[in-house]
Amino acid sequence: MASVTNPAVEIRDLDITFSTDGGDVHAVRDVSLDVRPGEVLAIVGESGSGKTVTARSILGLLPETATTRGAVVLDGVDVVGLSRDRLRDVRGTKAAMIFQEPSTALNPVYTVGWQLAEGLRAHGKYSRAQAKAKAIEMLARVGIPEPERRVSDYPHQFSGGQKQRIVIAMALALEPAVILADEPTTALDVTVQAEILDLLRRLRDETGTAIVLITHNMGVVADLADRVAVMLNGELVETAPVAEIFAAPAHEYTKKLLAAVPRVEIVDRPLPQGADVAAAPVVEAQGLVIEYPGRLGSPTFRAVHAIDFSIKPGEVLGLVGESGSGKTTIGRALAGLTPVADGSLRVLGTEMNGVKERQFRARRKELGFVFQDPATSFNPLLTIAECVAEPLIVHGGARNAEAARDKVDELLEAVQLPKAFGDRYPHELSGGQRQRASLARALALDPKLLIADEPTSALDVSVQARVLDLFGELQDRFGFATLFITHDLAVVDMLAHRVIVLHKGRIAEEGPTARVLGDPQDDYTRKLLASLPVPDPVEQAARRAAWTAQRG
Amino acid sequence: MAKRRLIDRLPVLHQLRQSVGLQRGMLVAGLVLTALFLLCAILAPWIAPYSYSQLSDANGNFGAQQPPSAQHLLGTTVGGYDVLSRTIWGAQTALYVVIVAIVLSVFIGILLGLVSGYLGGWVDRVLVVIADAIYAFPTLLLAIVVAIAISGGQSKMWSGIMAAAASITVVFIPQYFRVVRAEVVRIKSEAFVESAKVIGATTPRVMFRHVLRNATRTLPLIVTLNASEAISTLAALGFLGFGIEPTSAAEWGYDLNKSISDVAAGIWWTAIPPGIAIVITILGVTLIGESLNDLADPRLRARRRSTAKSTPADAVAASQPASREFMGEVE
Repeated sequence: MASVTNPAVEIRDLDITFSTDGGDVHAVRDVSLDVRPGEVLAIVGESGSGKTVTARSILGLLPETATTRGAVVLDGVDVVGLSRDRLRDVRGTKAAMIFQEPSTALNPVYTVGWQLAEGLRAHGKYSRAQAKAKAIEMLARVGIPEPERRVSDYPHQFSGGQKQRIVIAMALALEPAVILADEPTTALDVTVQAEILDLLRRLRDETGTAIVLITHNMGVVADLADRVAVMLNGELVETAPVAEIFAAPAHEYTKKLLAAVPRVEIVDRPLPQGADVAAAPVVEAQGLVIEYPGRLGSPTFRAVHAIDFSIKPGEVLGLVGESGSGKTTIGRALAGLTPVADGSLRVLGTEMNGVKERQFRARRKELGFVFQDPATSFNPLLTIAECVAEPLIVHGGARNAEAARDKVDELLEAVQLPKAFGDRYPHELSGGQRQRASLARALALDPKLLIADEPTSALDVSVQARVLDLFGELQDRFGFATLFITHDLAVVDMLAHRVIVLHKGRIAEEGPTARVLGDPQDDYTRKLLASLPVPDPVEQAARRAAWTAQRG
Repeated sequence: MAKRRLIDRLPVLHQLRQSVGLQRGMLVAGLVLTALFLLCAILAPWIAPYSYSQLSDANGNFGAQQPPSAQHLLGTTVGGYDVLSRTIWGAQTALYVVIVAIVLSVFIGILLGLVSGYLGGWVDRVLVVIADAIYAFPTLLLAIVVAIAISGGQSKMWSGIMAAAASITVVFIPQYFRVVRAEVVRIKSEAFVESAKVIGATTPRVMFRHVLRNATRTLPLIVTLNASEAISTLAALGFLGFGIEPTSAAEWGYDLNKSISDVAAGIWWTAIPPGIAIVITILGVTLIGESLNDLADPRLRARRRSTAKSTPADAVAASQPASREFMGEVE
């Protein structure tokens, strides 16, 4: 390990400008940072704060439209203005990168062993046999079982978490001085995330490499980081040790950011006034089975295995699970987007098993849907007012968008958007504003049932907090029943009256929110709760110890 | 946010203002050549010294294969026509064919692509097989067959134009069909289409209001590329003798055919002008198409390098809407 006085990376007065169609965008302004060997520096900030651009400049991985000034000294070499050949030498040996989406960072047509060896051989010190031996050693080190056999497997034969381990192995292969991890766990489930974070910490301790962690998840920061740099609009607003940031944030923005992070507090949310508990449920599923037809020759895939549940009027039901648990499938079946294979699913009094679109269309005005990604759920060629007016026009309330404008303005006001936003196009709104417009559209016809499929997972944490607050308020006011689909337990805790935990298409646990989160009975629910990183370094350290002990 | 100014919203002008460097040069060259072609076509009756079928004036017959002179700036052909006039009038014929061919194929191609891509099922499969079968056919052979079927080989102006346009249309429809269908299949699974379905919009409404306009983004590029193909097909038909009679309209391909024997005899002025006209027209349209294609793709588009010292205030405003929202912009 190098001496403490000699940082692995030193960034001095870094200034990056992108030329775009809309003029120059000043993405990073006079940022100075340093990372010492063996240290984990977390760069946090919202999307567009310049955190990824700053980190990528360390590897010279910026597009041609970028103009860089300042100095990035990587292990004694200034990479700003370095020629392509010199940069190629630096990449891999001095700095390496872990990408967000492991399934796209690996080439699907080569074996993982070949891809690991590729990096080694590019820097020219290994024979074929040596490279393979080294690849096996690296796989073993990142915890891939049976590395001798699996080294000749292809990426699709590994799970998401294993793929991320392989990407980490590739980054580590040449023993770089610093590893850049750009949202390394965002695409992963929370239980897998805990394992990857554990692996990163272990590797840091073993090799003494520095890690630059880019993330928006304050739980991950609390879990892994030693020091935190907070960025806003391309400027560095605060740098401090992790304990200090969480205990006593100095800058106003850091305080706001931390306050917006949802935490599991375990409180029961009261049902909205006027909700009739004894009334007939809005949604009732009995022995619900949903299958996806397999391709020719392969069997059908059963996404949901005979589950029972119901949603009462005015109730928010949280549906929690990891990817592949079938939670989105259930939401889509409720909206008639995915057919029901077996059992019974009654939505607003209509049996969905074998339903014809013609029969269900009349019921659609009582149903609203909020999609996960606000960027794609609006027709890009219509204005926001026209998009929000669509349900009013389709169900005969208005003849065209102008006639519906009064109602649209009212709806935009209800979701706290200025009326003038109605004349904008979707791409002119930020993610949070778009998601609020999406909520306005879903509520246009005063529905009895709202299906929200991960409505906040594509949003920044501060924006997420506002959208969730607004959602809770509107739910209290209008009293619609909701199926709230999410992978985030803290979000469920804020909003849901009742929770269903799904695991591989089956219900693992069901009950009132406070009971399920506060006193989980099922092993899977407990594991899920234990894996969730808490945005508090002290508490997270204790939880981590418990988690490690539990795994043995 | 203010509406974009009109000048920024006009299709080609917008790209022209956006482009820089070599891409701008290509686009400007293409626009100049195409403008020249269009001017010739529209103003032919006024700028051409004689009519396309004129063989004599007050001074008597022109005479065949006369070298360039003050009366005939580019000489006369073996048939006794004025070469310059024929070349200018030829632009008009070419323009008619381009317009008719594209109008016919665009509408049919887009409609079939939309229906096929959105509805899927057996309609889709049948249409795709037919489109593939047409692809497998040699274009020119198909054009000849259509030309004979419509006009019996030789023809008057409009039947000749329709024959050439119809044969080109048959070949172009599968191209538009393919492109629109591929876009529709992609857009069909986008969240905004699903959200329209969840709202309860009927299938035609989803197809025409939400899918169609989003699927036609790449069409201007194909239109420009197809326009040049239409011109070359028309010229090839004329050259092979399936074009329009010289008394009905001027046609570059026909004139080229008639000038074959002149080339060996050292008479250059009958072959070169119509040949250059074909090359310039196709080059102009293709340059526009190619540069539009590059400019439409942000990854291929060149941009002005940012100047090192400036830190403009509007770049700050153009930076992050998400953070501006956080700072309380909407309250």
